Amino acid sequence: MSSRDLVLGRIREALSAPDTQPSSVPDTRASSAPGLSRSAAVDIPRDYRRGPAPVDLDLLVERLVDYKAVVHRGSDISVIAREIIGDGTLVVPPGLPPEWMPAEQTRVDHGLSAAEIAAADGVLTAAAVAIAETGTIVLDASPDQGRRILSLLPDLHICVLRPEQVVASVPEAVARLDPARPLTWISGPSATSDIELNRVEGVHGPRNLHVILQEAA
Amino acid sequence: MSTFLGMPAHAPRGVGNLRGDEPFPAAARTALANQQLRRNLQHATTTIRGKSGRVIAEVPDWQELRSAGSALKTYTMANLPRLLEQLEEKVTAAGGVVHWAADAEEANRIVTGLIRETGEQRVIKIKSMATQEIGLNEALEAAGIEPVETDLAELIVQLGHDKPSHILVPAIHRNRAEIREIFLREMPGVDPDLTDNPPELAAAARRYLRETFLSTKVAVSGANFGIAETGTLAVVESEGNGRMCLTLPDTLITVMGIEKVVPAWQDLEVFLQLLPRASTGERMNPYTSMWTGVTPGDGPQNFHLVLLDNGRTAVLADEVGRSALHCIRCSACLNVCPVYERTGGHAYGSVYPGPIGAVLSPQLTGVEDNASLPYASSLCGACFDACPVKIDIPSILVHLRNQAPHPRTEKAAMAAAAYTMDRPRLYQRAQRAFKLAKLVGRRGKGLPPPLNGWAASRDLPAPPEESFRDWWRGR
Repeated sequence: MSSRDLVLGRIREALSAPDTQPSSVPDTRASSAPGLSRSAAVDIPRDYRRGPAPVDLDLLVERLVDYKAVVHRGSDISVIAREIIGDGTLVVPPGLPPEWMPAEQTRVDHGLSAAEIAAADGVLTAAAVAIAETGTIVLDASPDQGRRILSLLPDLHICVLRPEQVVASVPEAVARLDPARPLTWISGPSATSDIELNRVEGVHGPRNLHVILQEAA
Repeated sequence: MSTFLGMPAHAPRGVGNLRGDEPFPAAARTALANQQLRRNLQHATTTIRGKSGRVIAEVPDWQELRSAGSALKTYTMANLPRLLEQLEEKVTAAGGVVHWAADAEEANRIVTGLIRETGEQRVIKIKSMATQEIGLNEALEAAGIEPVETDLAELIVQLGHDKPSHILVPAIHRNRAEIREIFLREMPGVDPDLTDNPPELAAAARRYLRETFLSTKVAVSGANFGIAETGTLAVVESEGNGRMCLTLPDTLITVMGIEKVVPAWQDLEVFLQLLPRASTGERMNPYTSMWTGVTPGDGPQNFHLVLLDNGRTAVLADEVGRSALHCIRCSACLNVCPVYERTGGHAYGSVYPGPIGAVLSPQLTGVEDNASLPYASSLCGACFDACPVKIDIPSILVHLRNQAPHPRTEKAAMAAAAYTMDRPRLYQRAQRAFKLAKLVGRRGKGLPPPLNGWAASRDLPAPPEESFRDWWRGR
């Protein structure tokens, strides 16, 4: 008997008591992820807040700042990015809009080595979704965000948000994301609660997170 | 009795970290004598209770989220075989390889074998309760493979040759001064002028592990969630060590308990709101990584998922106790428990301490191997209130107390009491005799064995001058 059959057999045996037959509640939910068919029929009380709610950009800014991200608002991304990075070098993903890039000291990731990425002073990316209530940005490794390693090794991450990417709550963000892509949810710079259960910023991930909230020119 | 192979089984003895060296009361006595430990725990748990309370108060639908989380877990347990098969199918379709481990020994053997196949001698690890539970580090070391813990608290524990004492913050029993001392003593290349300022301690860990992250080819992780519908795995973390381990190596091996499966992608909207607020008291933890199999050109190109039983099916077989498997490892129940706050985690003897450990460990091992843990509680119920998926821990504790082996003297005493109470005249005489209890000294401290065990942590009530019956008669 394989371990797979053994474990599944044990589970079926454990559940075989008459009052614990698998639920056969009909499927009433809509497809929960883009391109996926509903496969798990669930009768779950979902009377928590869901569905579209008005987005409060000021709340997003407040929550980002509360977790020690630095927020900029403006229309000229390349100018703001240059102010942040100063004389330092930036790495950027291959699909970043060219007009966002500060011309000098910018290297596009067409297969940079880990050492080359780690040597950069900062990284400039777009994002997929942001959540106002929690101050979270989510990257999904699209061409304007790049491979996961790109936004991980430099000590400074500059992330550009378009207003239409911001949602109010976690359920709205989950509904917008595609789980087939590698996802990174980021809420403030790298931090730890491991010393006396207090939040301290700055461990292994980028110690500086700057968010540029794009505004119409 | 004949058993067929498919019977739910407990976690085997002799491997892993689910059984302590001594019963809880003995271990607790040692812990209670350590004043530094009690100060550290009181400070840390008070801090986290305040933080968590504040961010939970910000959410108007916290109770609705708890109800949804609880219902999702009940549904998951009832449909576990189908959900696990679905998870396996989706992970495999996305380029991962799924392994099944009936117990700790098999899981350790699988992981060790996978690392040997790569030819590597060192692995980086993300903090994981499952790998702690099965004693993976010990197994790897015995096989000549060096496991490097990359979570700050796990690193403190590993460098300090210590044991974890909390689900979320394994080094909660250490304060900043002690952490500084451990780093100065054990961390190669550490700055001798290191102070105990927390940001400096965090920076020291960053410098120490940086090169290891960049040069190690294999990582081992646990998983917070595994989505059956999509084959997506999720790791919730703070420091970025998780992102490093999940992104930089060529090979990723994830060990996940079978109960961690979540039915649908959409269901994350519940757990990603419950977990951070209940555990670290944050609106959202700094980093959450999600991956589905292998992504060409991005992250590890070899992905293995090890699904672990190790006693979980035995827990599942108990209709009352099975909700202990609903646990999402937030550790809120530890932080509110008056017993945990005083004894700390080591006294529980298992990697799962606190209220959830007191119901989970005995069920994973069989109650006889952790018989004192169901009593490591005052049944005050704070854990039930704090649990983000509404596990009724006090009821499971009482249920397990009934299963735990009881001393023969207790049974004899109860039988004698029942016999007496059934007979009014005998009862009356017994009441009068009870006045003689004064002879055993104040609060029962002079009771002979085995009754002195009962009085060791309780006061024997002083007998009244006059019984109700005597008073009634003389009225």
